[in-house]
Amino acid sequence: MNAIEVRNLTKRFNSFTAVDHVDFDVKKGEIFGLLGPNGAGKSTTMRMLCTLTRPSEGTAKVAGYDIIKEDARVREHIGLVAEKLIMYNDLTAWENLRLYGKLYNLPEDKLEKRIDKLLKFVRMEKWKHKRVGTFSTGMKQKINVIRAMIHEPEILFLDEPTLGLDPQSTVEIRELVRRINIEQGTTMILTTHIMVEADMLCNRVGIIDRGKIVALDTPSNLKKLVSGTDTLTMEFEIPNLTTELLGNLKSVDFVVSVLQEDATHVKVRAKGEDSFDRLLDLIRKNNGKIKIVKNLEPTLEDVFIHLTGREIREDTKKASPRRRPPWGNENERGRR
Amino acid sequence: MSAKNVLSHSFWICWKDLVEFSRSKMRVIMLILMPLFMMAMVGFIFPSNNTTIKDQPVAVANLDVGYALYVPQNHTNISMNMSQILIEQINLVNNQTGMMKLSGARDFDEIKTRIQNGELSAGIIIPINFTREIVMGRQGSVEIVTDQSNPQLSATMQIVLSKTIEAIGTQVAMYKLNTTYNISMNYTISYIKPYNVEYRGIVEGESNYFQFVAPGIIAMTLMMSVMTGLPHAISYERDVGTLDGMLMAPIHRISIILGKVLAQTIRGLVQAVIIFLLAVFLFGVTIHGNIILVVLLILLTVYSFVGLGILITSFSDREETAAMVMMTLMFPMMFMSGVFFPIQQMPEFMQMVAKFLPLTYATTALRKVMVLGADTSAVSLELAILIGFGTILLAVSVPVFKRAMTR
Repeated sequence: MNAIEVRNLTKRFNSFTAVDHVDFDVKKGEIFGLLGPNGAGKSTTMRMLCTLTRPSEGTAKVAGYDIIKEDARVREHIGLVAEKLIMYNDLTAWENLRLYGKLYNLPEDKLEKRIDKLLKFVRMEKWKHKRVGTFSTGMKQKINVIRAMIHEPEILFLDEPTLGLDPQSTVEIRELVRRINIEQGTTMILTTHIMVEADMLCNRVGIIDRGKIVALDTPSNLKKLVSGTDTLTMEFEIPNLTTELLGNLKSVDFVVSVLQEDATHVKVRAKGEDSFDRLLDLIRKNNGKIKIVKNLEPTLEDVFIHLTGREIREDTKKASPRRRPPWGNENERGRR
Repeated sequence: MSAKNVLSHSFWICWKDLVEFSRSKMRVIMLILMPLFMMAMVGFIFPSNNTTIKDQPVAVANLDVGYALYVPQNHTNISMNMSQILIEQINLVNNQTGMMKLSGARDFDEIKTRIQNGELSAGIIIPINFTREIVMGRQGSVEIVTDQSNPQLSATMQIVLSKTIEAIGTQVAMYKLNTTYNISMNYTISYIKPYNVEYRGIVEGESNYFQFVAPGIIAMTLMMSVMTGLPHAISYERDVGTLDGMLMAPIHRISIILGKVLAQTIRGLVQAVIIFLLAVFLFGVTIHGNIILVVLLILLTVYSFVGLGILITSFSDREETAAMVMMTLMFPMMFMSGVFFPIQQMPEFMQMVAKFLPLTYATTALRKVMVLGADTSAVSLELAILIGFGTILLAVSVPVFKRAMTR
């Protein structure tokens, strides 16, 4: 049985269509990823599934209930970890958890046990009676995650759960998400614009772009979409990298994309059976000294480019006026 | 969802709001200071009555040249100077009341300059022919010069000085009647002033401005805490994202509103009690009305504004917008609902506007009950209007709010 069945789901804001007739199913117990650049419609899809936004057209069944007609029932079975923390800084961890327990009608004795169990789960028992405002962002996010689980939801929605976290907390939260999924069997829907995150965590990934699902499969199957083709992804280390060389690389037709990583590294995607040779020739012709060449395994990012013809990161930069800590993207690069 | 659940959820949301509020020391201090400032401000700025006039600098310019009365019997002139007597008596009266600080001045021009310089509040000019007119059997006239840039003080000084001079005049008249017509001093006053006017309020005690303004400030504070507090509380939570947590919980939307309103009401009540205590113990206001009726009115005042608060919340996408809309609506309401000035003093079209503002009725009713000791029947019209206003706005605002929350 499916935990979520999305049918023809559409959301329009005036003339702008944020989510455009989307269909997908989420199986019980899986971690399902919605991957795409900011503004692609991930969050709007999620908010509709959480009954926070009303669809313009179409509907969905969440935990067996219709999100429009039975929204109250849907709410009983879901939890949300949003990009903005759903917590009150002036309350203690215990008070925050207790408040939501009360809103979910948990009886007093059961609630206390649940709070202790959850705090133990994230190893934060010591912080029970400390105000959330004094916590680090990583600790806050942990409490935020267990807060969403206070009523043992069948389905947990995670909207960019690692956004704005430091590298260590990011790893911890991802670990926590996986543990919850394995130990509690909670179905999870995760939105992210971070490819690695989707790759690491998700059983299946839906790639969403401009309000439409452009591909939906397991990460490995998605990557086969790229590796099955004649596209190569290579990283060159060129000590005397010039903008002129970069320009020349971009201008030839067999090169799909050029991404400068730092002063000496450049990532190139190229098409065609002899593209590797042709690339080497081109660089040498421009007096580029090649120190190291790495043939990169396709990533979900390559899949995204393959499907949409655009870099996800470039899109992210343009479409996101939101403040993001400087380490957000660095972190991803370091792990690649 | 049962009513019990709705109430329980509201209680927890209210509890959360109040705990959150109480954890911020600054906010708690402001909660107490705000009514104190309000009361002190309006209470001290607007003079309650003449008794507050003290040591006002007043200059007397005596231009009177006196009058030499020719006495035919011994062919001599008797020099007379009535103005000296008047000045002595003004001094005498002032020694008792202490309202003025008297000094001398040469003429009108000097008084004018000194008023312009801010050294004087008023001046008295005794004209050149003062004694002569009196000796000739006519009225001796005295000019009072006031500071027109300060109408309030000017009016007060006019009254004070006229009363002083009139009182002296009465004394003179009584003496004259006694000596000239042999009328007993006990009866002279009935010849000069055959009618006496006495003032009597419908409740005991003297009226002062605090008495007028305290009920208004209570109503206003309640309005402010509901109208600013509610949209602030909801828009703020929407901005920071915590509202999603409540909207996602399996609770009725009404619980959110109810919980927030409850928290705001409690805050408003705390302030109302503070104003009440300040009014009674610090500003000498005597409360005559029924406390239960006062509490009922306070709750109804909150009720009448809740809908408006919710409506503004629903239409404001952000906290900032909500705050701006709020200010725009609140200030006219504050000044046009008779909180600080009686509505009767306003121009007619403004009075018409005031009739459409619920704060007008809240203020009027609270004033009637608190100051005049009126009972329920005397304020039944106000009660009905407050209930009606609140109900209509709630009926409109709750569906709008529900829709706005799932945009």
